[in-house]
Amino acid sequence: MSPLVVKSPGLLTTVQDLGRPGYGSIGVSPAGAADPVALRLTNLLVGNEPGAAALEMTLVGGTYALPDGAVIAIGGANMGASLDGQSIDLWTPYSAPRGSELVLGPTKNYARAYLAIAGGFQVPLFLGSASTHLLSGTGGHEGRALRKGDVLQLGAPQQKIKRHRISQSVLVSLKPRKILRVADGPQAEQFSSEACEAFTRQTFRVTEESDRLGLRLEAPPIPSPSPGRMITEPVSLGAIQITPSGQAIILGVDQQTTGGYPKIANVIGVDLHRVGQLRPRVEIRFERTSLAVARALWIEQERLLNNPSQLFV
Amino acid sequence: MRFCPASDQSMLIYLGDEISLATHQRVLKLLNLLQKEPPVWLRNVQPAYCSLMLTFDACRADHAEVEAVLHQFEARAESLRPRKPRKVEIPVCYDGEFAPDLEHVARTHSLKPKDVIRLHTSRSYHAYFLGFAAGFAYLGDLADEIATPRLDVPRKKVPAGSVAIAGKQTAVYPFSTPGGWRLIGRTPLTLFRADRKPMELISIGDQVHFYSISPKEYSELASQ
Repeated sequence: MSPLVVKSPGLLTTVQDLGRPGYGSIGVSPAGAADPVALRLTNLLVGNEPGAAALEMTLVGGTYALPDGAVIAIGGANMGASLDGQSIDLWTPYSAPRGSELVLGPTKNYARAYLAIAGGFQVPLFLGSASTHLLSGTGGHEGRALRKGDVLQLGAPQQKIKRHRISQSVLVSLKPRKILRVADGPQAEQFSSEACEAFTRQTFRVTEESDRLGLRLEAPPIPSPSPGRMITEPVSLGAIQITPSGQAIILGVDQQTTGGYPKIANVIGVDLHRVGQLRPRVEIRFERTSLAVARALWIEQERLLNNPSQLFV
Repeated sequence: MRFCPASDQSMLIYLGDEISLATHQRVLKLLNLLQKEPPVWLRNVQPAYCSLMLTFDACRADHAEVEAVLHQFEARAESLRPRKPRKVEIPVCYDGEFAPDLEHVARTHSLKPKDVIRLHTSRSYHAYFLGFAAGFAYLGDLADEIATPRLDVPRKKVPAGSVAIAGKQTAVYPFSTPGGWRLIGRTPLTLFRADRKPMELISIGDQVHFYSISPKEYSELASQ
């Protein structure tokens, strides 16, 4: 298969898959798609394994020259995609028999769109994954965001593509949300009751200083219980840290693996992909739930994502 | 041993409340056992000074099961003989462009740069854990006489191989990354290589010693 050529990379486009968990003891962040659910679904639409490497586009999509015979699908944020000038739908496979120009503009709703292509993007794997980790400059295409003129190799398509789409009810159940569900974090008990109350009552604004490492939120300060006195410890994906000045930070997929700020709460598993779709200036809130509820929701979501007969129409 | 859920898919295990070699030995033993006999639900283990975090597949286990299994592991880990620490020698050029913060560190403590170098090279450091980026080892403890807070505004780019200090810790940057530690030298060695075994030059639990080399020795080693 001929390669794909980047004519314009948008704001920040990287190669991503489901990341590289399992290397914590040598300091490696799992990384992976910020919205792994969108990555999995778009891959399934073009007949790939759910965790094949795809492009993650941030806020503005970019322009790409597709090779002859390419089959693609776009999922996640709506960036008004068009194929040779014809607008195309999200969550739907399209083929480009004689090559085509794919154009995506600024987002109309969420933070990230995914471009999956039949056969997947082929880059050298770093610790078993194609995911780009920008901070350390490892993985993906030369460890960096894509630039104009980059040429990306593609794998051989796995199977014939069926003309199917994702069912509307599935998309509704997996839709991004602005009220994130959280369970208590490791230091939750150390926060004052006023701090805990403010945390679920206040509205938080996602600031411009937000990226794959984490989302920095703006709101009246949440009093920190132990400014600067904690021993550095491992931190989990979706942890909500409170800095000494009272700012809340949600840890994202490229997170550092350890940290010394107290955590008031942690976004639950089924809402982690929704964190990846929050863009700057959006206002969000937090809603408490229990670990038992979080787990039941996770099992239900995984069952759905692993069951093609329920996903497609 | 104290358990605390970190999220619906991860569990923190505290093995002590203060940074000490004894606590860290317990972290290491438990880590070794988990790496040798990983339970089917285990997805990642992240060690630190006094704690470990286990990320698990929530479709295959819950916090109660993780806790039960870890109690058994801890009981067995207790009786394990501690792994003999590996000694790692790291050549460092503490000269000129390689050491942009050396003067500042010296001045802060009313020392001469050569005193800072002497203090940095006169002891061996324990590798408590790796974090931040692949192969970045948090080494301690630095001599009080040169302990210096990190920069107020981190550098956008720190060259790979930079030897740095922050508070009572020291480390080597494996990759060119942003960084807020004070840079006092540079090593020509490669800290992380995916095609080497082990990939990391410094592993958790290692004893690390720095020694001073000249710019000439630096270029000779770098070209090897």
